[in-house]
Amino acid sequence: MKEFTTEVVNTDVLILGGGMGGCGAVVEASYWAKAAGLSVTWVDKAAVDRSGPVAMGLSAINTYMGLDGKVTHDQHTPEEFVKYVTNDQMGLTRQDLVYDIARHVDSSVKSFDKWGLPIWKDEAGNYAKSGAWQVAISGESYKIIVAEAAKNALGTLGDKGRLIERVYITHLLNDEKESNRVCGAVGFSVREDKFYVFKANAVYAGMGGAVHVFRPRSQGEGFGRSWMPPFLAGSTYATMLQAGAELTQMDEPFVPPRFKDAYGPVGTFFLLFKTPATDVYGDPYVFAYTSETDKWAPYSKVKPCPTAVRNYEMVLATKAGKSPLLMHTEKVTERIKKEVTDPKAQKKELKKFEQESWEDFLDMTVAGATLWASLNIDPLEKPSELQLGDPCFIGSHASSVGAWGCGASDLMPKEYADAFPEQYNCMTTVKGLFTAGCGLGASAHKFSSGSHVSGRIAAKSAVKYAVDHKGYTATVSDGTIKKLKEVVLRPVALYEEKKGFTTSPDVNPNYISAHSFLFRLQKIMGEYAGSWETNYETTDKMLETALWKLGLLQEDVEKLGVDLAKNNHELMRAWEAVHRMWVGIACVKTRLARKESRWPGYYHKLDFPNLDEGKKHFINIKYDAGKKEWKTIERPMISIV
Amino acid sequence: MPSFVMTEKCDGCKGQDKTACMYICPNDLMMLDKERMKAYNQEPTYCWECYCCVKICPQQAMDVRGYSDFMPLGAASTPLRGTEDIMWTITYRDGRIKRFKYATRSTPEGSIKPLEGVPGAKAADLGNQLLFSEPNMLGVKDLPTIKK
Repeated sequence: MKEFTTEVVNTDVLILGGGMGGCGAVVEASYWAKAAGLSVTWVDKAAVDRSGPVAMGLSAINTYMGLDGKVTHDQHTPEEFVKYVTNDQMGLTRQDLVYDIARHVDSSVKSFDKWGLPIWKDEAGNYAKSGAWQVAISGESYKIIVAEAAKNALGTLGDKGRLIERVYITHLLNDEKESNRVCGAVGFSVREDKFYVFKANAVYAGMGGAVHVFRPRSQGEGFGRSWMPPFLAGSTYATMLQAGAELTQMDEPFVPPRFKDAYGPVGTFFLLFKTPATDVYGDPYVFAYTSETDKWAPYSKVKPCPTAVRNYEMVLATKAGKSPLLMHTEKVTERIKKEVTDPKAQKKELKKFEQESWEDFLDMTVAGATLWASLNIDPLEKPSELQLGDPCFIGSHASSVGAWGCGASDLMPKEYADAFPEQYNCMTTVKGLFTAGCGLGASAHKFSSGSHVSGRIAAKSAVKYAVDHKGYTATVSDGTIKKLKEVVLRPVALYEEKKGFTTSPDVNPNYISAHSFLFRLQKIMGEYAGSWETNYETTDKMLETALWKLGLLQEDVEKLGVDLAKNNHELMRAWEAVHRMWVGIACVKTRLARKESRWPGYYHKLDFPNLDEGKKHFINIKYDAGKKEWKTIERPMISIV
Repeated sequence: MPSFVMTEKCDGCKGQDKTACMYICPNDLMMLDKERMKAYNQEPTYCWECYCCVKICPQQAMDVRGYSDFMPLGAASTPLRGTEDIMWTITYRDGRIKRFKYATRSTPEGSIKPLEGVPGAKAADLGNQLLFSEPNMLGVKDLPTIKK
């Protein structure tokens, strides 16, 4: 077996993850750390230029208030945003967290503009809104620009600012003198044979959300075409859980309603082009099933209709035999031809529609464009199919999964305070552990800009924590490090020990590959826990069965075997699969604890099929690593607007 | 196949320790076969078709074949990324061609100085709610808050 050397890195502030949240965290942390004389270490499993969900680009910034009024239309206040998000989440939201993001988000977007992101503007320089909260951009290089700003800010710290790429974080470290205190993390490099130990005063965990916990619809080459990227492995949730942090709303991953198969975005088509969507017979499915969807009033009756109810309409139409559902892009062409009669102006308008339609896909989902071309579909002439995808754990879209985090001191209701041992904005229920973006729960609709600013809020707070706790030294024994290193490398050792037993190392009764382990997880989650295989329906009995089989899967973590003959890539796949398993267990346990169906188009419990306003509370989940015990906790919904 | 490397065009980035595609792939899929000095996608079923490798390849040796699960053969979306815009050529299965050009950034690569021109941080301000460059960058006099 190859030898992994151990490298110990000591730092004041440790920032894990290089997505939008991480980039925001680094730029903000660098600013405050320089004045305080602190060091900042930034770790990513990929290259920050193109890591995270914005790797490919984006065609819109989905969260922008326009506080200064310089927008073409739809200037909004943070209060209005909070009300919108609360209704979209069927009444359950941490309004203090959402408000905090909303009041700061414009400063991140305006920074992107200054840094070189092409934001669409009118002649007077006002930002072009493409929806109530959206700003249109040409965002192919969005991530490169935001990452460059973060790297250059970190560079101002000299040797006190360090970026380490291609390191996969497997565990957070708890202080041995104070167990509810995080003091670092461990992981390994996929490029060098190195085991990393990071010791820190304050830790920001922002390694993104999770896909592939549920089974994707395409399982050949298309396995990788999840809506959110397949590199989101749930490490944020899995590592925070094992460090003792309380997570919230893990029953509510987002189910994306998208163009079928390639998951091309629908937002611009719905909001900017006002494209009609219908069932296969040409009838709108939206508001077509009110005798059923009215059961989710008052939320279902508010415009815009909550995402989970709109999804439910798609489920109902499909179950009524009216699929494939269609997005009628060709009707936009018809409308333009009817409304613009001057031939020259009409041609110009159609050209503009074509340019913008294709840019929407090419900026963020190229596969959607190739799918049009491969099916010989010109969107100006023919409709395209719509479908619901596999559930994604993403705290920054229309869902609320993530850690239970402390709010800003001027916003957080006092009822939430006692969950937090020390009160720092964006700190979890574990001391020294901060999160943001997809890691911060019950604060949906951050999207890219809100995630960036969420990272900034958390990082300023983390720097303050490190300043307030100056002189702190992490207590982690050599024995603990040795043991963790053995655990992390166990799949390699097991493979090396047993591979000779069979003539082909691919099939061996002594170990399971990372890929097979993941397939087993996805089969359990998909068939019992409420995904597309069962029309997003489940029951407590199905969930109990899932839990039993997940328990056996958890035992098999010790049976993972990986071959590192070529490189360390497979070891990353193994740990990603383990992290996804933790997310799956947290989801199933939370779904079991929720005795109602609040988000029917995300998951629908057939044994508790209705909304129950008596159960309108957050369901949080916590894991005690010492006792190996799980606990669910109810937290109240407190409105501030 | 998702992303693939054309044998004749790939030069393995001329023997550097890693290729451009290896450097950039967000999912660690691209590998260099040091014997042949050619890069390859080691795990095509985990490819997101994000085109990061295609866009960065200095030899234009990479392209993407749409997922065989649902894309009939023959179509392609091919980018050519410059310093301030990107050109796309869309080839339909039936031979139709469409071309599009979109802006990517308005500043030179590497020129971003995020903390320049921003007043320096003061330790005393760590306790307030303002992030760097605020409230100026927000375009309002005071940061909004809730009246309790």
